[in-house]
Amino acid sequence: MEQNVFHHAFSVDKSVCIGCTHCMKVCPTQAIRVRNGKAEVMPERCIDCGECYRVCPVHAFRIGEDDLSDIIQFPVKVALLPAVFTGQFPDDISTDRIYQAIHQLGFSHVHEVEQSVDFLKEKTLQYQISDDESPHISSFCPAIVRLIQIRFPSLTDNIIRLRVPHDLTAELIKNDFIKEGYKDSEIGIFYITPCAAKIAAVKSPVGEDKSVINGVINMDSLYNKVMALIKKEDKTSSAQHRTHLGADAITWSLTNGESKHAHGRALAIDGIKNVSEFLEKIENEEITDVDFLELRACDESCAGGILCTSNRFLTAERLQKRARKSELANRDSDLTGENNPEANRFLEQKMTLEHIEPRPIRLDIEIGTALKKIERIRELMCFLPGFDCGACGAPDCRALAEDIVQKKANVSDCVFMQHNNLLDREHAQRIIYKIWGEEALNKDCSKKGAKNEGN
Amino acid sequence: MHLKYKIQGGNFSKAGFASSEVKKILRQLSIEPKTIKRLVVALYEGEVNIVAHAYNGLITVDIDTEKVTVTLKDNGPGIPDIDKAMEQGYSTASAAVREMGFGAGMGLPNMKKNTDEMTIKSVVNEGTEVIFINYI
Ligand SMILES: Nc1ncnc2c1ncn2[C@@H]1O[C@H](COP(=O)(O)OP(=O)(O)OP(=O)(O)O)[C@@H](O)[C@H]1O
Ligand code: SF4
Ligand SMILES: [Mg+2]
Repeated sequence: MEQNVFHHAFSVDKSVCIGCTHCMKVCPTQAIRVRNGKAEVMPERCIDCGECYRVCPVHAFRIGEDDLSDIIQFPVKVALLPAVFTGQFPDDISTDRIYQAIHQLGFSHVHEVEQSVDFLKEKTLQYQISDDESPHISSFCPAIVRLIQIRFPSLTDNIIRLRVPHDLTAELIKNDFIKEGYKDSEIGIFYITPCAAKIAAVKSPVGEDKSVINGVINMDSLYNKVMALIKKEDKTSSAQHRTHLGADAITWSLTNGESKHAHGRALAIDGIKNVSEFLEKIENEEITDVDFLELRACDESCAGGILCTSNRFLTAERLQKRARKSELANRDSDLTGENNPEANRFLEQKMTLEHIEPRPIRLDIEIGTALKKIERIRELMCFLPGFDCGACGAPDCRALAEDIVQKKANVSDCVFMQHNNLLDREHAQRIIYKIWGEEALNKDCSKKGAKNEGN
Repeated sequence: MHLKYKIQGGNFSKAGFASSEVKKILRQLSIEPKTIKRLVVALYEGEVNIVAHAYNGLITVDIDTEKVTVTLKDNGPGIPDIDKAMEQGYSTASAAVREMGFGAGMGLPNMKKNTDEMTIKSVVNEGTEVIFINYI
């Protein structure tokens, strides 16, 4: 069963938010409004893609994470690293050294997320043959899964119901420790996340009851801790700490990482705007002849995750280099692949996702009422100016019309309607204050672009 | 809800506008995707027929809680033999229309298949009126 309350990693630090319109304008599900001079996020619409975080000029968005000290309670402390993590570091720091530093921080074991990719690659191909909801859409990026549930509900059945690498690898690791005699409660698996979407996916998973992951650590904070250690000490490591990852596994989370293995006509699209635009065409059946879609919210896929510290193009390049080296070594990943039939059999029991629910934004559950509301919106649009200026605290005129119909806003929230309806000055001012806060229109020379900027 | 769309004969670039607008509205009502698809296919064929065969037309769409009623009325040459026009593969489309990929004589049969009720009235040299109903 899916939960009705969605966990979001994001929160707005109201003491920092200056109440501009940047985040509101880029949100792909129109989940943000400005009220009392601060951004407010509607939890039922937010898909944790992080576009707001990226554009915020004052860094007012906060991303929650679990405490690194939480790992102490578990005898087995596993850090589950996505391959992009190793791509964050300068070339002169070896992967072994990075692993060693993570051990120094208290983890007893370090594994890479993509250990299950060889398995998943095979299963995806089989899925494409056995299921006929084409095009098949990868379930990899949780922001995309949520985008489809909310904005493209008719395409939810197209999402491949296979679990993602971090879940499969976590299952496998847990099972190995259980075989060694540990109890489930003694094994703590901590996922190092490149993005907020993955945090949401762990905390309120789609298509499964509960995640196997015990905690989530943000990649930027682990990076800083690892770098602090390495700076103090040696850059190289004497021992070999890492497990091997095959070339396909290393590049899986990059753009084209999945699509290049899929059957038929397979496309890779990154960037949430590009994805939305493409899904629109798929839903309208303007595009029909594709078989597989790898869709990722971030430009350059996970190399562009909002918690990545390094430049996304450099990260992608480093991973490509690492993949080439691995290819030359000609080895599979250590945990799955052809040499691990037992692991593959185990994962087969664990690989399937339950039904993925559509979650459309409805004007009303009662169709007659919904019809009336649509009519009213169309009528309101005759009067609203269509400038999409955002001064009403909604991302565009159409969103304001919707809010009005849903009784969350008023016609006079539009400054042009205030003018048209000859609202008296005080009344108009009260409305502006309600949306933008009482200080918003005061003279302030320290704001961005003003003569004393930053003072 | 009552919707109206004017259609201009010969203007293929705008054919499909009415059907995509109606689709957007039906989606907001969270109607079953398969139901939406049938209606949109039928409406699109009707739109194209006015553009391809008539001079100008008006489409009205009425949506209530149970059904969608679509009326496609045009000024045009009319259809002399409606039964014949309903046959698969029958077409009088001009060479220019065929060049644009239409004129396979599949439109009216496809409309019939994708609607719950459909009637055609036509007067030669005056025009044609197609009315269909789909239950939602
Ligand atoms: N609105 C109309 N006015 C006049 N004639 C029409 C109209 N609609 C259909 N017809 C006649 O009926 C014939 C069959 O229509 P139908 O839609 O089945 O095929 P088509 O339009 O010729 O080709 P297709 O729809 O496959 O592109 C047309 O060729 C035309 O002679
Ligand atoms: S592309 Fe990767 S980093 Fe970006 S939201 Fe999706 S899973 Fe997270
Ligand atoms: Mg036709």
